[in-house]
Amino acid sequence: MNVWLSHHFYALLLALKRLSRNPFPSFLSIIVIGIALSLPAGGYMLLGNLQSLSGHISGSPQLSLFLSMDSGSTDLSKIGSRLKQHPQVSSFNFIPKDSALEQLKQGSGLADVVDGLSQNPLPDAFVINAKNSDPVVLESLRSELQKWPKVDHVQLDSVWAKRLDSLLNLGQLAVLMLATLLSFALVAVTFNTIRLQILTRRDEIEVSKLIGASNGFIRRPFLYFGAIQGMTGGIVAWLIIALGIYLCNDALADLASLYTFDFRLQHLSSKDCLSLLLFSTWLGWVGAWLSVTSHLSQIEPR
Amino acid sequence: MINFSNVSKRYPNSYDALTKVSFTIESGEMVFVTGHSGAGKSTLLKLIGAIERPTSGTIIVNGQNVGALKGGTIPILRRNLGLIFQDQKILFDRNVFDNVLLPLQISSFDPKEASGRVRAALDKVGLLSKEKAKPITLSGGEQQRLCIARAVVNRPSILIADEPTGNLDSDYAHEIMNMFRSFHQVGVTVLIATHDAALLGGSQDRILALDRGILTV
Repeated sequence: MNVWLSHHFYALLLALKRLSRNPFPSFLSIIVIGIALSLPAGGYMLLGNLQSLSGHISGSPQLSLFLSMDSGSTDLSKIGSRLKQHPQVSSFNFIPKDSALEQLKQGSGLADVVDGLSQNPLPDAFVINAKNSDPVVLESLRSELQKWPKVDHVQLDSVWAKRLDSLLNLGQLAVLMLATLLSFALVAVTFNTIRLQILTRRDEIEVSKLIGASNGFIRRPFLYFGAIQGMTGGIVAWLIIALGIYLCNDALADLASLYTFDFRLQHLSSKDCLSLLLFSTWLGWVGAWLSVTSHLSQIEPR
Repeated sequence: MINFSNVSKRYPNSYDALTKVSFTIESGEMVFVTGHSGAGKSTLLKLIGAIERPTSGTIIVNGQNVGALKGGTIPILRRNLGLIFQDQKILFDRNVFDNVLLPLQISSFDPKEASGRVRAALDKVGLLSKEKAKPITLSGGEQQRLCIARAVVNRPSILIADEPTGNLDSDYAHEIMNMFRSFHQVGVTVLIATHDAALLGGSQDRILALDRGILTV
């Protein structure tokens, strides 16, 4: 155990020494890795924020139920009492057609047109707040209400939220593809860094093998190097995103206030940050492992 | 103990470096391998350290069949050998102390104990005052002594040197040879390849003479 620990400590120390011995190239590779990671991670952060935004707004899911023009007051009270008993309905408002016309007259600036109408073209309507905001449940509620007698049309007011939702799904797919591609890039960057290191340390590797170093002993510092480089790249990616959020947030707050709601970008959750760091560390390790495995066997002492 | 029985080594270009070589070296012996350059001296030493594999025959070193060792066990064999190479293989990117420390790091010595051992080895070869020096600043004889320190720091039971006095003048060469004799006196098996007959001190040394890959004595 002690031997094992000291081997790993030695390898870690050596990796750090090598990293700091060539600060500029190390810095450049870390920046490249950081930028490559910040793109998908930043995209993921944006998606998360949009998702919470859409969840926030469609939090009170509404349906509009329009009655057919020939419905009478008995139909109204019948539908009213059915809605009261419906388990999925939390509350509802009745909007008689006269007040709807009044609203249109005042709100749209079409007073002249409305006045010219010989009769009210608008139906009576109910605005219904559903208990459940799940789009699937809402959809089934909509089609159920649609089948009631004297109901002309039921409209899901959160349709746009559904559209945003599927748009976000598409965005998630795009981020995933970007992440996959750039992961390969990260592995390639590490692969090359380690390859160069192995080439410049050819003598050391050869001598170490000659005096009894196992492959594991030789490989370990390179693996640590790759992992540290990947992890530092992950930290850089986090900083890039944090900077981006800092720069955008004031402008975003101004924009959001125009639409009278409060919106600020939130950084990745601590769980996501941890995943980002672990993932980048792992990718660096994989790149180093591939590189060491493919190059070390070529250096056999003669 | 080192035992060769009917060992042949043919290189891929069908050049026979060794042909049916058999001998036994008991532990504690001091043996010289002589012959012209190209006679197979280096090949013989490399076979002991599993740096080359025999084409046929068996080689036993400390009870292990070297030719049959799997890749993972070769490092363990080499840690019990003190190897001094013809081309020295000094690492010029680190100082004298760190060059000698490397074998101990590989066999994961406690750092404090390791630095004590490194200084003891450097003291033995007279380089203690230069432990911080870069190898490039050392003279040829000092570089050779550095190699010896690195080979003995692990306290191996077998010390193997390939042309250790190759490009040294005779004063330095004798100094180096005396160092090997002192290791022999404390019980280390010493095997030295040389083409320089003047180094052979007296009749008490055993000689393995090679001529174009064939053992003649």
